[in-house]
Amino acid sequence: MANSSSTWADGCWAVLRKDIQSEFRTRYAFNAVVVFAITTLAVVSYSAQVVGAGSRLLSPLLWIIILFSAMSGLSRTFVREEDAGTANTLRLVAEPTAVYVGKLLFNTALLAVLDVLIVPLFLVLMDVSVGNLFLFVVILITGSASIAATATFVAAIVSKASVRSALFAVLSFPLLVPVLVAAVQGTEASLRGASIPEGMPFVRILTAFAGAMVAVGLLLFEHVWNEA
Amino acid sequence: MSKEAELEGVKQSVVSGAYKAFVGVWMTGVILAAFLYSPEIANLKGTQIVYFHVPCAWLASLAFLGSGIYAVLYLRRQNLELDVKSASAAELGLLFCVLATVTGAVFSKANWGMAWNWDPRQTTIAALLLMYLAYFALRSALVGAEKRAAISGVYAVAACVVMPFLVFVLPRAFESLHPTVVRRGGMDPEIAVVLAASTLGFTAFGVWIFRLRVALGSIALSRMEEPL
Repeated sequence: MANSSSTWADGCWAVLRKDIQSEFRTRYAFNAVVVFAITTLAVVSYSAQVVGAGSRLLSPLLWIIILFSAMSGLSRTFVREEDAGTANTLRLVAEPTAVYVGKLLFNTALLAVLDVLIVPLFLVLMDVSVGNLFLFVVILITGSASIAATATFVAAIVSKASVRSALFAVLSFPLLVPVLVAAVQGTEASLRGASIPEGMPFVRILTAFAGAMVAVGLLLFEHVWNEA
Repeated sequence: MSKEAELEGVKQSVVSGAYKAFVGVWMTGVILAAFLYSPEIANLKGTQIVYFHVPCAWLASLAFLGSGIYAVLYLRRQNLELDVKSASAAELGLLFCVLATVTGAVFSKANWGMAWNWDPRQTTIAALLLMYLAYFALRSALVGAEKRAAISGVYAVAACVVMPFLVFVLPRAFESLHPTVVRRGGMDPEIAVVLAASTLGFTAFGVWIFRLRVALGSIALSRMEEPL
């Protein structure tokens, strides 16, 4: 067991690579998440031109788009394993935590791709000027990381239940309320052009939340994963 | 039934009867003290509600914490009795969370003219309610007692981890109308005494309902029915 930590990391990496490969073949989660996000963005942008949205409205709109896009596709990673019957094989060949970390990295990457595509589009379409770009990006990263961590955890839970897609949103949303409140307020502050120290409390809440959620997932995943 | 078992049963019913009677008398005293003895708090209307609102919120938090602890114990020992306790505590917490929300809304209506205005405290308690409603939605979507216990137990632990963000972090990070009654030093001794007595009474009352609910759940469990 001299190189057990390196085999564990290899396991994480293998699960991540497998998911990315199968994602490139089917584009299932990508299509669900990105197309959903673009549709929502179009609807929001069209509706908002009527009201003339200020920064107090723009930041919740941005987070609503990100949250609902995440809700539409991030559960796939676990649900697919159960549906295709590949979960048992994965249980045999990889350690539970390695599977979890691999899936978590995959979801984080997916959400990062979504952010990179959607946020510039949002800024252009809604004609937003960002007052403090650094703070804006930091809030976006920490907020998305919190959403990815929570969504991965809840995805593991709902893959064992019936009525999954409805349940995924129902279970995720209450857990994400602290994230949404902090991210919306932080983004609003960054659009206004608030200084870094002014935005730090939000960054701190989001970082702590993401850390707590990853820790909870790692500690508890085994109990979910090994439940047939 | 043997003589000893009969004697034990009589002893238990005497103890539980005395406990009930004591809680009843104690709470009657608290209600009388709240309306006849304690002073009004300056600048606010209907402040007597504090003696019922604060203990409800306290009991809800305590019950949610208990639900998380029993869930951890279940995950370690796989004893279904512990799952009954975890779910019963969550149910009790949900009940008192509703009571705290309603009493808070009544107070808000009396003082600020609006029952609900998404004050940070109201936002977070609404999130708590949703979280435990989701918990029961999850339970009903899981088939099989062991599976239900394990998966919903995992969610209960996660909910417990998110709860401090809702109860402690967010309400302090944002401006709130919520009065801070409990604070070091600046508290009227008469108010402190009644509030402490009420909190004790509510806790004792909560323990009594909890034990009833667990007894009921255990009977259902022994008959192979759905305990909760």
